[in-house]
Amino acid sequence: MATDIQIPLPDRRAPVIEPGHTFSTVTEKISNIVLKRPISLAWIVGFLVVFSIMNMLGVALGYLFIKGTGIWGINIPVGWGFAIVNFVWWIGIGHAGTLISAILCLLRQTWRNSINRFAEAMTLFAVACAGTFPLAHMGRPWLGYWLFPYPNTMNYWPNFRSPLVWDVFAVSTYFTISLVFWFTGLIPDLATLRDRAEHPWVQRLYGILAMGWRGSARHWHRYETAYLLLAGLSTPLVLSVHTVVSFDFAVGIVPGWHTTIFPPYFVAGAIYSGFAMVLCLAIPIRAIYGLEDFITERHLETSAKVMLATHLIVAYGYGMEAFMGWYSGNKFDSFLMWNRLHGPYQFWYFALLACNIVIPQLLWLKKFRVSTGWLWLLSFIVLVGMWLERFIIVVVSLTRDFQNSSWGQYYPTKWDWMTYIGTIGLFLTAMWLFVRILPMISIFELRQLLPEAHVPEAAEVKE
Amino acid sequence: MSESPVYSSVYGLMAEFDSAQELVQAAHKTHEAGYKKIDAYSPFPIEGLAEAIGFHKNRVPLVVLIGGLIGGLSGYMLQYWVAAITYPTNVGGRPFHSWPSFIIVTFEMTILFGGLSAVFGMLALNGLPMPYHPVFNVPEFRQASESKFFLVVFSSDPKYDSAGTRSFLQGLAPRMIAEVPS
Repeated sequence: MATDIQIPLPDRRAPVIEPGHTFSTVTEKISNIVLKRPISLAWIVGFLVVFSIMNMLGVALGYLFIKGTGIWGINIPVGWGFAIVNFVWWIGIGHAGTLISAILCLLRQTWRNSINRFAEAMTLFAVACAGTFPLAHMGRPWLGYWLFPYPNTMNYWPNFRSPLVWDVFAVSTYFTISLVFWFTGLIPDLATLRDRAEHPWVQRLYGILAMGWRGSARHWHRYETAYLLLAGLSTPLVLSVHTVVSFDFAVGIVPGWHTTIFPPYFVAGAIYSGFAMVLCLAIPIRAIYGLEDFITERHLETSAKVMLATHLIVAYGYGMEAFMGWYSGNKFDSFLMWNRLHGPYQFWYFALLACNIVIPQLLWLKKFRVSTGWLWLLSFIVLVGMWLERFIIVVVSLTRDFQNSSWGQYYPTKWDWMTYIGTIGLFLTAMWLFVRILPMISIFELRQLLPEAHVPEAAEVKE
Repeated sequence: MSESPVYSSVYGLMAEFDSAQELVQAAHKTHEAGYKKIDAYSPFPIEGLAEAIGFHKNRVPLVVLIGGLIGGLSGYMLQYWVAAITYPTNVGGRPFHSWPSFIIVTFEMTILFGGLSAVFGMLALNGLPMPYHPVFNVPEFRQASESKFFLVVFSSDPKYDSAGTRSFLQGLAPRMIAEVPS
């Protein structure tokens, strides 16, 4: 095995790109997945499976639009239910993509270049799934445009003091900026696909999308400025989105929601679940498409370390909730903690602690950070745990609030489950198509990582 | 080498190089030799290349600043107008002009307009989308998006003359030189 050869490296971490690659091999390897690789039977079968799951979403939403939200398990007191749990879960997952593409770009973490493209795609698809829920939850989704301020004959305007209106602006801005950021990153790679495509129609398709990109030095200069500014703008944006989502809760007076720790705790949780999803996708994709040279052990280990760091912030958040339940002296807050630990959803609260805090402790050990099987399993557990966290926040607080005459229970119906699982189908269908239609790793940014890409200072002729 | 009758004129002369370093050096030399209407093409951004061809004026940051300011101001003014003038609603006795509640939408609008200005401003300044460009008439230019580096001296340069410029480019030791039909 090649691993027996000891190569002295400046640091003992795995390289970002395996040695021996050139501009041509990097280009060929990634673009051939799109242009040359035949469509396998496994791909088709897998596609049919995820596509069927996506169609379940169509059925669930179709029936919802005919009958109304009564088909769901929501009731009084639990008016939010699955719709908001899933909305927060999906939008949190999206955050890792922007973190990788924007924040790590500003911090000059070049390892991000191999995973930013598909992490950004993941963001887009996750935000699309997230957006489905509030829209469906509205009851009359065909009136969804009422959320936006526009002159109308009803002489009505939105209330800008409401966090729900802030959320509309935050999420729609987030989706729009993520989309243009992703597309901007794709332009040079679309030009590569245009130049390498053999079939005239394929060439035309990528040609239209590449918009005539020709790699001029003037264009690159403006491109890099625009890209850097987009990264700079997206960084506060991504932090603001989950902050605003947390305001949906924190501005309300319900026990367990009305806390100032929510914004940082939500953002950390979002990044935690987002990296878990990145690993859940990256580990199988790199194995199937043979991308171990570009998505190396280094990427997996670094992502695992990000999970480790954010899980500590999340753990601190849980600790603070418990501490404040006691320290505030507020009997509703202390009852909430008692209710989480001993109430009807007790099992799920302990499951949440196990999935998010206890089991991920294994990530302290390098063995679990570099073993793809273990890392995949741990990431999956974290995704489940983060879903449970949102379930606990939404449902446990709402079922038992101030007045025990208005207490209730919440049971999701089969339509709730179909909608939720259906959005997973939508997400996977979009990913399934993405990996075969667009380059899933940024080719031009990988070229920049090669040693030949660097022009030494001395080479520049100085007057 | 006779000129093809299909093309009425020549867009410029193209030289191909093997490495980023050679391209930067060649671009420097060409610019110093007095050629001002030149361009360099590479499969990835190269530090110092834009400066080497004498390109310094980058107006993308200004466009983004203006876009962001317009977004932020219009966002705030919209909320002020809605909440304090046209549709004043008493929410918990707060003043109609309750500015702390307006910060988030103002912020999001700043980012939205700034980000869109960055993308569309960059594309507009680059003259994209551009359905036709003469450099693509050279078959080797396909490699510009993969692994090769190109320098073009435009025929519109006052110093350009077919034979003289060709021999100048020859002195830069390129892999090949091609005439770019317009």
